[in-house]
Amino acid sequence: MPNGPLVYRQRLLTRVTHWIWAVSLFFLLLTGLQIFNAHPVLHVGLESGFDYDNAILEIGAVDAGGELRGVTRVLGTEFDTTGVLGVSGGEVRAFPAALTIPSKQSLATGRIIHFFFAWALGITLAVWLIASALNGHLRQLVPSLADLRALPRDLADHARLQFHHTADYSVLQKLAYASVLFVALPLMILTGLSMSPGFNAAAPWLLDLFGGRQTARTIHFLTMTALVGFFAVHMAMILLAGPFNEMRSILTGWYRTDGGHNENGHD
Amino acid sequence: MRTGMIDRRKLLLGSAALALSGCKVFDTAADQGSTLHQLFASHEGLTRPAQRALIGDRLAPEYTEADIRQGMRPNGSTDPVSAAYRQMAETAFRDYRLSVTGLVEAPVTLSLRDLTALPARTQITRHDCVEGWSCIAKWQGVPLGTVLNLAQPKPAARYAVFHCFDAIERSLSGEVLYYESIDLIDAYHAQTILAYAMNGTALPVANGAPLRLRVERQLGYKMAKYVHTIELTDSLASLGFGRGSYWADRGYEWYAGI
Repeated sequence: MPNGPLVYRQRLLTRVTHWIWAVSLFFLLLTGLQIFNAHPVLHVGLESGFDYDNAILEIGAVDAGGELRGVTRVLGTEFDTTGVLGVSGGEVRAFPAALTIPSKQSLATGRIIHFFFAWALGITLAVWLIASALNGHLRQLVPSLADLRALPRDLADHARLQFHHTADYSVLQKLAYASVLFVALPLMILTGLSMSPGFNAAAPWLLDLFGGRQTARTIHFLTMTALVGFFAVHMAMILLAGPFNEMRSILTGWYRTDGGHNENGHD
Repeated sequence: MRTGMIDRRKLLLGSAALALSGCKVFDTAADQGSTLHQLFASHEGLTRPAQRALIGDRLAPEYTEADIRQGMRPNGSTDPVSAAYRQMAETAFRDYRLSVTGLVEAPVTLSLRDLTALPARTQITRHDCVEGWSCIAKWQGVPLGTVLNLAQPKPAARYAVFHCFDAIERSLSGEVLYYESIDLIDAYHAQTILAYAMNGTALPVANGAPLRLRVERQLGYKMAKYVHTIELTDSLASLGFGRGSYWADRGYEWYAGI
């Protein structure tokens, strides 16, 4: 347990936007799966192959002698995913009711909630990026050369579940947060916009950059899985590094650092 | 510290319960009358002006013959059953007439022959279904603006409403006929056409014969098939449930640019 001084680590804008992003991503994920369920296939290319096969993932159902089985096909290999994907709760649906908003099939409702929170995420991310560029916070998130040199040690420390509680983020934290904020979320927004026939008229070059609308949709889905992976690690790190201290810092900004003997301490 | 930990545990359990049943908690949003639905649907008030400001009169991407790799996937109604439609279909739509009515100076009625005699536009475009799939096809038809100009819209006209032969569902009061509407900005866009041919042949019944709308910067449900009447209006309130289209009445966005 850290026993050094409290430091003010997250300013108000970062805390507020963090929680708006958390709520938005919760809804975006579960309504996104609702929308995906309307056409549970991921294609690569300009269009969806119906008379030819350009699918890399397909979630479906087959009637196996009077019994419905959920089948997930990934890059040509089939898996029986009954109960979770393809068939769940006795009905044919790609992702199960517990993972979609609304729980029943409603593409229209999923869409309005998805776009509502897409605006919330996009606007707050833009505000935060501009403010953080102006107040110097962005520099705190971009790893320095010294940070990168410390990477092997930070990796080893994390592997041993030894966490340093300092005023600055560790290099792994910087890399994780920077990847989410500067890469994954902008990529989600841009691939999302590239699925819009209206936006395609404004930026056809972006559509070409992503390799067509269906590839953009596939990248949107894969980036989602990366964000879910980030969320799982993020939660695990909070629990391992001391949930009370971590929650206090993202709620109030104040974070208790390690005692003075720690060479990384900023006391 | 100790109480903090307990509260934290409760918070975690609470969030887990919310995530698990997640999804039922927000089911009321599916009810179009609910406050939650109206809150979420308010995004349309940002989405449409933002897209309009970004795209102006720019064109949707067009593709090449080489990009047409399959037939055009039909969706929604694929075979209208009304007697009037069936009879026309049996005689290759010789008796078909398109009416342009409503807020116009000179209502017109056009046969397929009249329509094909007008200057045509051909475009290879991508059809994006609201479900998520896309399909590329070649469309040939007459620009909607050309047809509207024949009827001379009155200054009060704001929307073009498309009345169709097909019914997706039956209600207690009879068939619910498909209808759609766009505003005159989209109606006069260069790529907005009334298509009578697809991939080099007459428009098949499954794809909306004899005449369907193409609004290339919006999703597929806006592109009404089996159109028989175009009505210019200043309001959408008196049609259907008042939201301007069959699918908008069922909770989808009226402006379907995304």
